[in-house]
Amino acid sequence: MPYVVQPERIVLGQPLYFATAFPVGGIARPIIVKSMEGRPIKVEGNPQHSASLGAADAHSQASVLGLYDPDRSQTISYNGTVRPWGTLQATIRAALTEQQASGGAGLRFLTETVTSPTLASQIAAMLKQFPNAKWHPYEPVNRDNVKAGARIAFGQVVDTIYHLDKADVILALEADFLSPTGLPGFQRYARDFTARRKMKPGVAMNRLYVVEGTPSLTGAKADHRLPLRSSNIRAFARAVAAGVGVGGVGAAGGIEQQHWLQAVVNDLKQHRGASLVVAGDQEPAEVHALAHAINQALGNVGQTLSYVDPVEANPEDQTASLKELVADMDAGKVQVLAIVGGNPAYNAPADLEFADKLSKVGMKIHLGMYEDETSELCQWHVPEAHSLETWSDARAYDGTVSIIQPLIAPLFNGRSAHEFMAVFSQQPEQSSYDAVRGYWRSQFKGRPEEFEPTWRKWLHDGFIAGSESKPRAVSARPLNVPAPEPGVQGTEVVFQPDPSVYDGRWANNGWLQELPKPLTKLTWDNAILMSPAHSERMSLRTGNVVEVEYRGRKLRGPVLVAPGQAEDLITLAMGYGRKRGGSNGSKRGYSAFQVRTRDAPWIAGGVKITPVGEDYPLALTQNHQVIDNKTAIEETVKRAPVREATLAEFTANPRFAQEMKEEPAYDDTLYPHYDYTGYKWGMSIDLNSCVGCNACLVACQAENNIAVVGKEQVIRERHMNWLRLDAYNEGDLANPRTLFQPVPCMQCENAPCELVCPVGATVHSSEGLNDMVYNRCVGTRYCSNNCPYKVRRFNFLLFSDWNTPTLKLMRNPDVTVRSRGVMEKCTYCIQRITRARIDSEKEQRKIRDQEIQTACQQACPAEAIIFGDLNDKNSLVNRLKAEPRNYGLLAELNTRPRTTYLAAVRNPNPELEKKG
Amino acid sequence: MSNPQDTRTGKAPVLAPGHTFATVTDKISAIVLSRRTTLGWVVGFGVGLLLTMLLLAAVSYLLVKGVGIWGIDIPVAWGFAIVNFVWWIGIGHAGTLISAILLLLNQPWRNSINRFAEAMTLFAVMCAGMFPLLHLGRPWLFYWLFPYPNTMQVWPQFRSPLVWDVFAVSTYFTVSFLFWFVGLIPDLGTLRDRAHSRLARGAYGFLAMGWRGSARHWKNYESAYLLLAGLATPLVVSVHTVVSFDFAISIVPGWHTTIFPPYFVAGAIYSGFAMVLVIAIPIRKFYSLGDMITMRHLENCAKIMLVTGLIVAYGYLMEHFMAWYRSDEFDAFMVHNRMHGPYAPLYWALIVTNILVPQALWSRRVRQNVGALFGVSIIVLIGMWLERFIIVVTSLHRDFLTSSWGMYYPTKWDWFTFVGTIGFFAMAMYLFIRFLPMISIFEMRTLLPEAEVEAEAK
Repeated sequence: MPYVVQPERIVLGQPLYFATAFPVGGIARPIIVKSMEGRPIKVEGNPQHSASLGAADAHSQASVLGLYDPDRSQTISYNGTVRPWGTLQATIRAALTEQQASGGAGLRFLTETVTSPTLASQIAAMLKQFPNAKWHPYEPVNRDNVKAGARIAFGQVVDTIYHLDKADVILALEADFLSPTGLPGFQRYARDFTARRKMKPGVAMNRLYVVEGTPSLTGAKADHRLPLRSSNIRAFARAVAAGVGVGGVGAAGGIEQQHWLQAVVNDLKQHRGASLVVAGDQEPAEVHALAHAINQALGNVGQTLSYVDPVEANPEDQTASLKELVADMDAGKVQVLAIVGGNPAYNAPADLEFADKLSKVGMKIHLGMYEDETSELCQWHVPEAHSLETWSDARAYDGTVSIIQPLIAPLFNGRSAHEFMAVFSQQPEQSSYDAVRGYWRSQFKGRPEEFEPTWRKWLHDGFIAGSESKPRAVSARPLNVPAPEPGVQGTEVVFQPDPSVYDGRWANNGWLQELPKPLTKLTWDNAILMSPAHSERMSLRTGNVVEVEYRGRKLRGPVLVAPGQAEDLITLAMGYGRKRGGSNGSKRGYSAFQVRTRDAPWIAGGVKITPVGEDYPLALTQNHQVIDNKTAIEETVKRAPVREATLAEFTANPRFAQEMKEEPAYDDTLYPHYDYTGYKWGMSIDLNSCVGCNACLVACQAENNIAVVGKEQVIRERHMNWLRLDAYNEGDLANPRTLFQPVPCMQCENAPCELVCPVGATVHSSEGLNDMVYNRCVGTRYCSNNCPYKVRRFNFLLFSDWNTPTLKLMRNPDVTVRSRGVMEKCTYCIQRITRARIDSEKEQRKIRDQEIQTACQQACPAEAIIFGDLNDKNSLVNRLKAEPRNYGLLAELNTRPRTTYLAAVRNPNPELEKKG
Repeated sequence: MSNPQDTRTGKAPVLAPGHTFATVTDKISAIVLSRRTTLGWVVGFGVGLLLTMLLLAAVSYLLVKGVGIWGIDIPVAWGFAIVNFVWWIGIGHAGTLISAILLLLNQPWRNSINRFAEAMTLFAVMCAGMFPLLHLGRPWLFYWLFPYPNTMQVWPQFRSPLVWDVFAVSTYFTVSFLFWFVGLIPDLGTLRDRAHSRLARGAYGFLAMGWRGSARHWKNYESAYLLLAGLATPLVVSVHTVVSFDFAISIVPGWHTTIFPPYFVAGAIYSGFAMVLVIAIPIRKFYSLGDMITMRHLENCAKIMLVTGLIVAYGYLMEHFMAWYRSDEFDAFMVHNRMHGPYAPLYWALIVTNILVPQALWSRRVRQNVGALFGVSIIVLIGMWLERFIIVVTSLHRDFLTSSWGMYYPTKWDWFTFVGTIGFFAMAMYLFIRFLPMISIFEMRTLLPEAEVEAEAK
């Protein structure tokens, strides 16, 4: 529908882009959002921002679906009945008046992690007014141990920034720095890490050692991975510290893998100043302290890592803070509790009994996007504005501030934290815009008339240049880590944020629920990860339900056998078992928070596992029902979909990948060759760079309006991802090598699918694309049968949601929403090609190299996916395809795939390789 | 036409002695015109009708919801629908083979079984034809597979074997129908003349198209019938050849093989004759037609089954040989997976039902035992269905990339549709038996000694 009065700058069909940020755990993930006719529809990374460099992670991209989620709460409610905003304001003002006398002694604010300078200043102002009020930040996935570790090492809290591009040898102590749920800064880390693995002449390949209990993305990229129970990481770190000459760590011992340890220590010592030891956020404080000491001893500080001011506004121990709040609640000291975001009734440590203690609080107000477990226990619930609906600000992992700007007016009358906090201040009607802009005006050092252009530049760029945290010169104090730490007895349990739904906040997001978890390929549920030997010992198989008991607290969940999991260690993922998680999120999996306690938030020992004798269906997208898994592994090795060599082998024979299979010669065909005279599109995927983070999958889903099918349909092998991420385990299942392979359509030049379609619904374009004509498709599915890559997806039922009004707003208008009974598949983002073609034709030029980025390419943090014109001799994709590592998947079938892969190369330590 | 003197060769006769022109006509036409409808017929027809209703329900639900109600998925995008299609088409092969090829080969023993075999063919092809339509994602657009002039100016994609299928199956159905109907005309004339009710006279009279049995009619008729037989003969071979192309043209390991055309045709005839026996044996018993459908017929059918069954067994052998000889890892694994993978029990059941059990037909005692023949035929029908299942499903479920391996489990709707077509087939056969002469009256009469005299007199 055309506009009667066309708003300025909006041209129908032309997107606008706005820079903003998506905060997760308080940390800004810098993004650029595409808006069509005022509707945000696609999240991209911010290429100018040092934390993104153009990449966008799965969670930020899925946030558009969260924005349009019809299950979001839509009205302010008081005990379930609708109330206007004015009534809430009046109620709060009245309560504040009561609190005035005591200085706010009964007033408490419970927030999530706050890095927003504006919000922090609002809270600070409020605390000034009510000196006895208290602010408690708490998130279940917090960085308490990181802070505690810094306190041990330096006596103060600092943040550590890693410079992986400068590190030749990296030792990760359960540090999943490549994963969106691992370390803040993962995108930059992935870019820097893979930059050293692109086999470019003159760039020496780095070497990664990973010691971890649960298989992770970083572990999958490791040149050497050691599965170790998480409780033993500390002993391992101490042994490394002793090895590199850190004092005060006592005698190294208790590590069985002496040979491995010695090799790592030697390697680190040989690369002083160019090595790096990274400890995971969940590691105990001592491990962090040890890592700091090791890095200092190796002279890495200032080289491969630096210390800066913490980005958190209130870097205190969150668990302790929450405990204090609960104690106050229990003592009846809390009259007014404002819960600003978060869902503590669901995710607080079980032993705090937060939900029970909440009943002792007088007035409870919950600000949140959903009516959830916490809002259920509060009289007041206020719908929270989505980060795409409001003004705010947040800091990235390095401290750089991004102004968060709204792309759309709140869909469901949501209020931001700023507006909510304003009610407690002297200006109860202050808008988010006034709060944020007012704060930054007050911070502005230049002349007043310069503020407006500067503010505009900040908004345009998506960040405030020069606002990154200042480096801190700190030096590690002598360590005193008690030598024989108490060992964990019995089976050990580790808690982790879920790769898809994190701590449960995205439980209702269908894209994330259906996003296969990178290593297990599980969707729609969490499971209890267990090593193959452990499960065999207990006669358990994937899907068997067990009861996990820890200190009298119990939960039930299905086992998932995880190759590479350390022995006698189970891993529980947070975020599931929601009671009120929306229509997609409720009653799925188990809640790990049932057994997670304050003193053992990440690693706990002595759990009891009892088989229940039931089965629970798990929706896996790969290796469905492959019971004789050995067959699959053997066949994978023979077929070599992912070709890999060691650095030595690669140096000796750079063309190893091309020689693994015999490809037919170009002329081995009866048909005449087609001459591609115009553009000739092709893609190159670097398997050495791919870190398996899933960003490309969500990018593809958002860009191409790909439907969510639900758990039952995933079990029936009908998930719709156009781009899938295959993960293969090779070698000993106790510690396999994991290889990732993103598989989009290969756009074969000799496409087997085209030949067999009876109605010509899939045809070849003059530019070499294998086009899919939805309107012509009658759904014989022969094309899918004949596709050796099985990248075609079929609408077995009406999978697209054609009814929900808000979801219609979200769709990419350039891409058809498919109906029932038609085949679909990757198009190389043909809508992007077309848009670029229109632009280039208007300007009477050819499309420039890298002018078109496919959605998957754009999102990739590791620059593993490159698309371009093969007829352009200088195009990036041509240069990559000319590399000796280039090979075509199943090219021996003479399909002539346009998508080709660059083989993976490992860089093992010869010292360890010898021992096998 | 000659009448083989069976007593001389020591074989059972193709028509028991003692019949005259009149008794043959009386006996066959009485089934339609004067015999009371038996309770057995009513019950059998009723079951067929009920199952046809189940088919209607399953198809209606399918049209409302989509093919997702079936168990198909990616990678196994073809399931029961294609299995059943190929199975039914195969069954539909016996009729035309008996009618056309045996006519041309001057095998008069065919005369007593060709009529219902042809009817069976038609009904089987109807059942088969339903599946490719219903299995489409958007079945209402099935006509896009036909080259018809349209405003879109788009034609089918002629390189696709599915288009060839459309032509092959529709041609086969048309010619089979014509052949069957032309064959019926003289008998329809007989029925018209013998019918008592006005309605029956009118109906048969209309269908008889003015048949008067004049010499000129007979002359034209016989040349037309021969021509049609000539036309139908290549179709017997071509239809299943084209159906096998659906698989052989693809690159799927287990499908991409040149042995498929002969192997499919043999398999089709194999299952077709099994179905002929499954129908002939009860008819013979319940309508006391042992004098017309004699042990000679049953034995001949059994022998054809034995031969075609051995060809099918050779096909299996060649699959294994080629998998080894090609030394292609995908093919080798396909064979290995059939024998040891998750569908291995079905594969071994196939070997037993399709290869081992029919070897019993070497024994004359088995061939002469009606009950045993019936049992073997049912087993062969099951075996041939399993063969199609193994070909379609086990080839697809584990193909090139191990990451895409999957499984196929039929749902209740798959079963309803399959059982429903069996019901429809049975219902149609019951109606046919009740309303049309199931044995060709005029052709049976040519088997009598009188006919020989007349032929000699010519």
